[in-house]
Amino acid sequence: MTETMLDIKGLRAGYGGKPVLQGVDLTVSRGEIVAVIGRNGVGKSTLMKTLIGLVESMAGTITFGSTELTGLTSFRRARLGIGYVPQGRDVFPRMSVKENLQVGESMRERVSPDVYERIYELFPILRERAGQQAGTMSGGQQQQLAIGRVLVGSPQLLLLDEPSEGIQPSIVQDIGRIIRKLNQDSGMTIMFVEQNLDMIRALAQRCYVMDKGRIVAHVTPHELDDRDTIRKYLAV
Amino acid sequence: MDFVTTLVSSAYQFGDAFAFLVLSACGLAVIFGMMGVINLAHGEFIMCGAYMTVFAVNWGLPLPLAIIVGSLFAGLVGMVIERLVVRRLYSRPLDSILATWGVSLIASQGTLILFGPTMRGVGTPLGSFMVGSLSFSYYRLVLMATAIAVLLLLYLVFNKTRFGVLARATIQAPHMASALGVDTNRIYTLTFGIGAALAGLTGGIYAPTMTMIPTMGTTFIMEAFVTVVVGGADVFIGTAPAAVLLAVVKASLTSWQGQLAGQIGLLLAVIITIRLLPKGVTGFILKGRV
Ligand SMILES: Nc1ncnc2c1ncn2[C@@H]1O[C@H](COP(=O)(O)OP(=O)(O)OP(=O)(O)O)[C@@H](O)[C@H]1O
Ligand SMILES: [Mg+2]
Repeated sequence: MTETMLDIKGLRAGYGGKPVLQGVDLTVSRGEIVAVIGRNGVGKSTLMKTLIGLVESMAGTITFGSTELTGLTSFRRARLGIGYVPQGRDVFPRMSVKENLQVGESMRERVSPDVYERIYELFPILRERAGQQAGTMSGGQQQQLAIGRVLVGSPQLLLLDEPSEGIQPSIVQDIGRIIRKLNQDSGMTIMFVEQNLDMIRALAQRCYVMDKGRIVAHVTPHELDDRDTIRKYLAV
Repeated sequence: MDFVTTLVSSAYQFGDAFAFLVLSACGLAVIFGMMGVINLAHGEFIMCGAYMTVFAVNWGLPLPLAIIVGSLFAGLVGMVIERLVVRRLYSRPLDSILATWGVSLIASQGTLILFGPTMRGVGTPLGSFMVGSLSFSYYRLVLMATAIAVLLLLYLVFNKTRFGVLARATIQAPHMASALGVDTNRIYTLTFGIGAALAGLTGGIYAPTMTMIPTMGTTFIMEAFVTVVVGGADVFIGTAPAAVLLAVVKASLTSWQGQLAGQIGLLLAVIITIRLLPKGVTGFILKGRV
């Protein structure tokens, strides 16, 4: 029996009292790669933000391992081992690449000194650009930085919100390969929001389909080979 | 007056004005630049540091130590006020102006009630030296050195320490910092504390040159706000250059036409800056960047 890492039940959340998530149920097992897909504006990012605590939940539960997350501030959730890479990357623009990475150390009491070496091996560009202001880098480079930054904290669960958005195809492939490697080599559990079919097919073991703030279907990536299914669930 | 005397005298006046501008403004600039809070209780933190310094001297501490005590005390008071008042108002900048104004009124009136309209201060130490026929105070040189040391220290703290990295991350993207495990509330409290401690340092170090009255903080307010407005949000690329610029304006006008002209010059400088560079020197410099 696989161990449940993340268990979401009846989750409601939104902005200014208006719910966007209308009762989300979803589970992720330890070591899995799970995708959340759905059209624009259905609440995928809101779900990710609610998981990390940037949006307050109105009802429902989020259980991480054996810990209930609702009611914890986001820095406490991060320190439990949840790494969040937002849509649009949100690097600290007027700080160097190295300093951006250093912020990730806050997720841990102590980070091992070789963690930077491992991250630089995954993303050689970050070593090359260590002194550069993050805001002056390209979208793909910023995405690599945003992922590297969260890996400094060695999360158990990695939340990625549209990692391929606005990035050139060759780098999308690199990032896909690295995510898979993280999962295989260190058993990192990964939940990602994505609209790029290639990325979904290459990575996901299961997909949750979201619509209007609810999970409306649960499919395997194979089922997404079918054109009608794609048209039904994705904005393609 | 011979050439050397004139030169020394101009440099001294510039240095004195520069020190006053930097020391008046640095606490305000840290709090505004790092947190976006316009702290109208800035003058009262200065007063708080000055009073505590005088108390500490009266208890028998040597002046430098007393100034440190005054500064730390003001910093502590600042952290308490951040927790109790300012924290609740980060998303409401106008309310935080009003609230800190309230704090300022309570602090100066409270001091009046507790310690009376004036208090015996401490004398200016170190004496003076002569160049040609003019006499200059050694203590003013200490003030200039302190101003430069404060700028240097701030630079090191915010750029070369772990706290500095987290503090800058917190200003640039508070949500993201928090999502990466940074306790942003703690960063805000500490930053506010640093700003208040700097104000306290200013109070402590100027205490020997001033009359101790509950409203003594207001002496610094105009220079503080002028420097922060001209400088913009960044302490290093804004406040420091602004202080240089304004010190030139103030020192030259003062030596030419007296104190009043110097003050008017500062106000004109603000008006011109607001017209030409609404985001101050910081905005001007950052425009060429990201
Ligand atoms: N900060 C906010 N304040 C108010 N409403 C918001 C905010 N962010 C998102 N919304 C609204 O919530 C709804 C869901 O947005 P969300 O960003 O979660 O969608 P999404 O599925 O991630 O879309 P996309 O595929 O475009 O990224 C949208 O209607 C959006 O307008
Ligand atoms: Mg989104």
